[in-house]
Amino acid sequence: MADETLFQLLHTEVVAAAYGGGRGSGDEGQRTGLTVLEGMGFRVGQGLAERLPRGALVFREELDTIKFLCRDLWGAVFRKQTDNLRTNHQGTYILQDDNFPFLTQMAWGQQYLEEAPKFLAFTCGLLRGTLSALGIESSVTASVASLPVCKFQVVIQKA
Amino acid sequence: MSRPGNRRPECHKIDWHLPAISSSASAHSMNRDLFVLTYGALVAQLCKDYEKDEDVNNYLDKMGYGIGIRLVEDFLARSCVKKCHSYSEIADLIAQVAFKMYLGITPSVTRNESSRNEFSLILDKNPLVEFVEELPAGRSSLCYCNLLCGVIRGALEMIHLTADVTFLQDRLKGDKVTEIGITFLKKLEEKKCRRKK
Repeated sequence: MADETLFQLLHTEVVAAAYGGGRGSGDEGQRTGLTVLEGMGFRVGQGLAERLPRGALVFREELDTIKFLCRDLWGAVFRKQTDNLRTNHQGTYILQDDNFPFLTQMAWGQQYLEEAPKFLAFTCGLLRGTLSALGIESSVTASVASLPVCKFQVVIQKA
Repeated sequence: MSRPGNRRPECHKIDWHLPAISSSASAHSMNRDLFVLTYGALVAQLCKDYEKDEDVNNYLDKMGYGIGIRLVEDFLARSCVKKCHSYSEIADLIAQVAFKMYLGITPSVTRNESSRNEFSLILDKNPLVEFVEELPAGRSSLCYCNLLCGVIRGALEMIHLTADVTFLQDRLKGDKVTEIGITFLKKLEEKKCRRKK
C-alpha cells in the first residue's frame, strides 16, 4: 500500500485546515494553529500506541522507549528511521532527522524557516501522544535550523 | 507451436501492473491506522470549526480535491497502466487499482444501464470508518468520507476528465451499503477495437 504518499498529502491539507476555520492570521492565529495541529497529533499518537500489540511495548528502560520512537514509529510513519539520537541521560532526548519528509518538498535551506513549524507540530503531538499512551508524560518541541534537517526535543516529565 | 505475433487486443481485458506489497506486517498496520486516525482527528476538528454539516462536507471535498490532483501523479508513476479507452475501464481502474493501492480495498463497480457515463463504486469495507460506529450527535448529514469524492474528482480532472462524484449511499447514515457515484461529464471519444485482417 502506498500509504506514505497519501498520508503526506493528507498532512499538508491538515496543516492548511488548522489555519482555516476563522482562526485568522497573525501571531495569535499562528499559535492557535500550532496548538490545533499538536492536539491532533497527540490524539493520533495515543490511538496508534493503543492499537499496537501488547508484546511490542514492553520496554526495560526509558531509552528503549525512545529508540522505539526512532525506529518503529518513524519507520511506520515516514518509512525511515531518525538519523541521530542524543540524550543527556537525564530525561532529555534529541531526535534528529536530516531529511524530514514533511520538509523535503519545500526549498532547502532557510527560505521557509518561518513556515517550517507548521509542518512539525503534528509530529510533535504524535510523539507526545505515543509516549503518553505508553505511560510517559513529556513535552515535545521541534526546531529547524535549515530545511530539511530538524530536531525533536523530548523532555520526559518526572512524576 | 508459436504464439501469434500480434494479438487482437480484447477491449475488456486490462493489464494491471501492481506494485509490490510492503513488508513488515506491524509497520503496515500502523501505517494504515495512522491514516485512519489522522482522518478521524481531521473530521473532528472540522466539526469543531464549522457548525453546518454542509460546510464540513464541502471542506472535505475541497481537501480531497487538493489531494487528488497530486495523488494522481503518484498513482500513474506506480501503476504503469496503459491508456484507457472507455469510462468503464477508468471506473475499473479506480476501483481495482487505485483503491487497492491506497486503501487496501477493492470496491465493486456497477454501471447505470440507462446512461453510459454513470458508474457506482460499492464499498463493502471502508477502512476510513474503522473506528467510527456512528455519526456524532447532531451531525446526521455529515458525509464522513467526503474526502474520497474530492480525491477522485481531482485525480480525474488532472487527466482531463470532469466528473461529478458524490456519495449516493452511506452505511453511517443507515443505508445498506456505501456507494460512491461517478458521473463523467465530458464525452470521451471511445476508440473501437480494430480487427487485424
